[in-house]
Amino acid sequence: MTALDGNAIGGTLHEVFSAEMTAAVGTCATCGATAPLAETLVYLDGPGVVVRCRACTAILMVIAKVRQYNCVDLHGLAALG
Amino acid sequence: MSPITRGFHGRRRPEADADRVPPGQFVTEDFPVLSAGPTPHTALDKWTFSISGGDGPQSWSWEAFRALPAENITVDIHCVTRWSKLGTKWEGVSVDTLLSQVGHNARFVMAHCDGGYTTNLPLADVTGGQAWVAFNFDGKPLQPEHGGPARLLVPHLYFWKSAKWVRSLELLTKDEPGFWETYGYHMYGDPWREQRYAGD
Amino acid sequence: MAGTAVRGRLTWQVAEVASVLPETPSVRTIVLEVPDWAGHRAGQHVDIRLTAEDGYSAERSYSIASAPGEPLSITVERLEDGEVSPYLTEELRPDDEIEIRGPIGGYFVWDGGDDRPLLLLAGGSGIVPLRSIMRYRAQTGSHVRVRALYSSRSWTDVIYRDELDSYRQDGNADILYTLTRHQPSGWAGHTGRIDPAWLTEQAWPVNESPVAYVCGPTSFVEGVAETLVRLSYPAAAIKTERFGASGGQK
Repeated sequence: MTALDGNAIGGTLHEVFSAEMTAAVGTCATCGATAPLAETLVYLDGPGVVVRCRACTAILMVIAKVRQYNCVDLHGLAALG
Repeated sequence: MSPITRGFHGRRRPEADADRVPPGQFVTEDFPVLSAGPTPHTALDKWTFSISGGDGPQSWSWEAFRALPAENITVDIHCVTRWSKLGTKWEGVSVDTLLSQVGHNARFVMAHCDGGYTTNLPLADVTGGQAWVAFNFDGKPLQPEHGGPARLLVPHLYFWKSAKWVRSLELLTKDEPGFWETYGYHMYGDPWREQRYAGD
Repeated sequence: MAGTAVRGRLTWQVAEVASVLPETPSVRTIVLEVPDWAGHRAGQHVDIRLTAEDGYSAERSYSIASAPGEPLSITVERLEDGEVSPYLTEELRPDDEIEIRGPIGGYFVWDGGDDRPLLLLAGGSGIVPLRSIMRYRAQTGSHVRVRALYSSRSWTDVIYRDELDSYRQDGNADILYTLTRHQPSGWAGHTGRIDPAWLTEQAWPVNESPVAYVCGPTSFVEGVAETLVRLSYPAAAIKTERFGASGGQK
């Protein structure tokens, strides 16, 4: 699969954060790079959504929809604003 | 409850082999590529496969691994994202062969892969002729996007357990959640009991 | 029930198909009526959800083709062996209902508030959100300079051709087409992809503070964005939106 970008999960991010998030700037906890979430590397065909830093490919965020709940792991983000 | 969309049925069609298709699955002729990250590319001269956590580490280079006895198998595979592919042909080394030289008292294994992916399985489900480290698909070397040079193949469980780019099996005495299991996917993953999520 | 009742929440609403309009042999625009639609910004998209009788559902995202203030429309390309696009481009008809949520997006948007020249770069169906931008620009009487480079497989695959050509009339907009697979006889335009040399020639110089919007398949976007970076476009001046390898999830 080809990776998409954070625009493709705009709806999911809005669901999780109750706000538009594609323009929100994330800071990678692994390499320190900052970028709008729209510019992240996104893998979304599998069991869940994996959002990676475009600069170093480390995982920023994982969103898995388990039944009606979103399980969200934000450990890979040092900051999100 | 979502309103029904008139005339929409997706790609699916009534299954000819309904008893080969677990509940909630549909059959595909493609081989979808699903990933959690960029495709790793490990050169064969750097590639190793290891067993850890037993009475001594065991490791094979690509050459040594390919010198092991291998089998041709034809199996149906079932992805938790609901597609199933019937009659897929693989060639691989049985995990029984790989474990045969290692003493251990493990009851579980964790597969570790290039790119960082992990998945856990009971030892009983990767032995007894149920699991392979597969290097050929459909008579040709396994493509990187499908897990090549080698992936774990455990067809009786949901395909997220058939870890791509597998590099080692870690022997464990207790079950621990791997990547998707940590996020709420089922620890075991039997497609016939539709064990997609924890608690199913 | 109003989908926008709770501030911040994005909820699924039922939309009715008002009309369908063929654009090219494989592309169709679908005009939707959504009760209490709160409007949108140029460049945003919507998520669509279809549900079969047995409860099976599929979701896809489509860029909004209409300008802010116009009836909501999306433009969908029929993808070979797609799951959703053949339904939307061939089966769906007026009065049908589909679920929709949106508008979505706050990054790949243009609100027309400044006069930075626009560089719009489209690969295939990537033209859709850029057309929304162009339409909005025309509607608001904006004089912002715009140069659009639009890559299609062939002349019959060019979406919104006449409309895009009409924008040249205001004197500040330039639309350039490139055809990658087949060109009509006598074609004097560019051929092949939007290559670095052509893009370098056409891109607004960095000292004019341009902003680029790049949309299309992932490989298209990455190739083009890389050239803009080499032209010293700052990261904040390059907005990207990637569709799947074949132009979108199918």
